[in-house]
Amino acid sequence: MNTPQLDNVIPKPASVLDKARIYRDKFKAWVNLDSSNLTAGQQLAVKYFTVAVILFVAQILFGLLSALQFIYPGFLYGILDFNVNRMVHINAMIVWMLYGFIGSIYWLIEDESGTEIVGLKWANIAFWVLTGAVTLVVLVYLFVQVGPGKDSSLWFINEGREYIEAPRWADLGITAVMLVFFYNVVATFSKGNWSGIAGVLVLDLIALVGLYLAGMFYMTNITHDQYWWWWVIHLWVEATWEVLVGVIMAWSLMKLLGVRRKIVQTWLYIEVALMFGSGILGLGHHYFWIGMPEYWLSVGGFFSALEPIPLVAMVVHAIYDSGVHAFKTVNHPALAWVIAHAFGNFFGAGVWGFMHTLPQINLYTHGTQWSASHGHLSFFGAYATINIAFFYLAIQQWRGNVWMAAGTRHAWRWKWALGLLNAGVVGMTVALLIAGYEQSFIERAVEGSTWAGYFAAQNQPSFQHAMNWRMFFGLVTAAGLGLLVWDLLTIGKYEERKAEKVVEKVIVH
Amino acid sequence: MNETPLWASESFWKKTAIWVTAGSFVILIVLTMDSLSQTTAGGKRVPPYSVINKKIDYRFNKELNKSVPVIGGDEFLFGKQLSEQEAEQLVDLGKKTAQSRNCMNCHTILGNGAYYAPDLTKAWLDQGWLSKELREDLMVKFLMNPESNARTFGSNRKMPNLGITEQEAEGLVAFLKWMSSIDTNGFPYNFKTIEAEE
Ligand code: HEM
Ligand code: HEM
Ligand SMILES: [Fe+2]
Repeated sequence: MNTPQLDNVIPKPASVLDKARIYRDKFKAWVNLDSSNLTAGQQLAVKYFTVAVILFVAQILFGLLSALQFIYPGFLYGILDFNVNRMVHINAMIVWMLYGFIGSIYWLIEDESGTEIVGLKWANIAFWVLTGAVTLVVLVYLFVQVGPGKDSSLWFINEGREYIEAPRWADLGITAVMLVFFYNVVATFSKGNWSGIAGVLVLDLIALVGLYLAGMFYMTNITHDQYWWWWVIHLWVEATWEVLVGVIMAWSLMKLLGVRRKIVQTWLYIEVALMFGSGILGLGHHYFWIGMPEYWLSVGGFFSALEPIPLVAMVVHAIYDSGVHAFKTVNHPALAWVIAHAFGNFFGAGVWGFMHTLPQINLYTHGTQWSASHGHLSFFGAYATINIAFFYLAIQQWRGNVWMAAGTRHAWRWKWALGLLNAGVVGMTVALLIAGYEQSFIERAVEGSTWAGYFAAQNQPSFQHAMNWRMFFGLVTAAGLGLLVWDLLTIGKYEERKAEKVVEKVIVH
Repeated sequence: MNETPLWASESFWKKTAIWVTAGSFVILIVLTMDSLSQTTAGGKRVPPYSVINKKIDYRFNKELNKSVPVIGGDEFLFGKQLSEQEAEQLVDLGKKTAQSRNCMNCHTILGNGAYYAPDLTKAWLDQGWLSKELREDLMVKFLMNPESNARTFGSNRKMPNLGITEQEAEGLVAFLKWMSSIDTNGFPYNFKTIEAEE
């Protein structure tokens, strides 16, 4: 009564909530998706996809902030320092990709096993627990940032180990959630039908979850610390994640193109043999310079040099099958992203990885922008792409299995999103490659990696131009992502036609 | 009549996948046991924590054709000789401080991490610390207040103030000194240490 002006200025909590609710309802009405088109398992999967997309946006946002700090070091200095932005950038990436994978698996196991997901209630609880934990971890990263040099900091704030910075309490939570996920996969297949794809998936998940445990221990000895740290990072992205996308690809090719199961499964086994056969011991390419014995130079160099072979096999598989089926598919954007995946995986991981994997070269490129060039093209090319393909599969079903082949409305949106995202990442990759070459030459070979040498390389005009180009192509990437999100929300909205049914086709040669 | 050849047979590739995976994994386990035992602190490749009581250098060895760490006579850190246990405690504090301050998301450590700031592998030996007499003091001051002690080498990039205490800074210096003694198979290449100046 006595402060009427203030009452008007400060919104009451209730009215803020009401407003938020109104906006949410308006948004829902605009998107106009009907969840009754989805099975209960698929509804769970799309929850994961939703969070994945949100985290993808966060990843790119914080990537842009970090890139800007290379150009203007004073930007956000002391508020959101480079290490904070970069940590959120790469953590958001790992987590959104895991969300995407979990969603994809939940999506496909019902179809693959021929029965409903067994522990759906638990799976839903696990989803909310995980999402709550992720939110809390990010808030602590942003607002607490650092702690004293004690165990408590590692438990509650930040473990300070690149990619797996999540504090220990979150590690335990993530592991628990992964166990629920794992139980659901095994129990669902056990109730329904097992298949070759199911077998590979389950064994791969055991390895994937098991490896995470290797990253949960503190060690004073930095050499041992990094030894186990690479078990998680390398054996994830160059072994278990590759096989996981092999599984997703195998299933997608059956769904998108109607490729025969026998062919797909045989290929999958070949890929597993080649990937694990090269990738497990290829781990040694990270053990050249961390204090480990010299035999790793030979073991790591040799086996990691073989790693591109399964990636070639995957390209052949995807393109051959697409060609045989004359690229006839019910979902054009999804197939386009599957093909982007096959090439991106081959170039980003296979070619860019191979280029610096022999110790004679890695001695100069190790820890330069070279690694960042490879890191961007590989994570995007191998894993962002396949997840985006799956988002398109999911949205098609969510719209009521509508037509998404030739002649979809506003097809320019997905095509431009595809083009901008790929051009943006390739542009950044090339810019970073130039910066990496310059660093390897000036800082490493000529100056001998001293601090003065490091900065001599950073101050070179060619390096600084590369940072500007990276920024430019980062903005291109961001534009592509904006378009992608818009397209995912609207594609198929007013589509009346139903998708054709894909049938397993026996090709007669 | 149309029998599937072996190379196209599903069951053949299934068995191959299982054997190849199991075989690789077994080899990895064997190598892991050997590698970990060769690299415990106190061995040849990774010296004991008390190496921080010694003079450390990193020099090119013509015979081996690569740079190797060279451990010399006594050179106490902060003027104190530490027992193995005290040294381990100090290095441990430094390592935990490095993790809790998230150093690795700007710097590389043993070449791994981020590329916004210089590699820390041989930071203890860097000529950037001007002279051996000034080094310890300069390092502690810098870590505690990097903003006003910054030397950005013309890059304008400054390390932020991470609220590092004096004790933690000493731990970090111990951690960096110990790390510089690890045999990294010649990485970084062609590195000229603060000792080389003399
Ligand atoms: C999709 C698969 C792959 C992904 C996502 C990936 C990602 C990455 C990332 C992010 C790094 C930088 C790690 C850091 O921050 O220090 C890295 C390093 C490295 N990768 Fe890959 N990679 C993949 C496959 C490969 C393959 C197949 C090879 C070899 C043929 C390879 C060779 C290397 C090497 C040698 C390094 C060490 C770089 C250095 O010394 O700094 N990678 N990878
Ligand atoms: C707007 C687009 C992006 C920008 C501006 C950007 C910027 C950056 C920056 C500045 C870093 C730190 C590099 C350093 O330490 O010097 C980084 C690291 C990294 N980013 Fe991005 N990024 C973008 C998009 C992406 C995408 C799409 C992916 C993958 C899907 C990705 C994956 C990574 C990885 C794996 C690293 C760590 C690399 C390493 O340590 O070698 N980024 N990014
Ligand atoms: Fe690797």
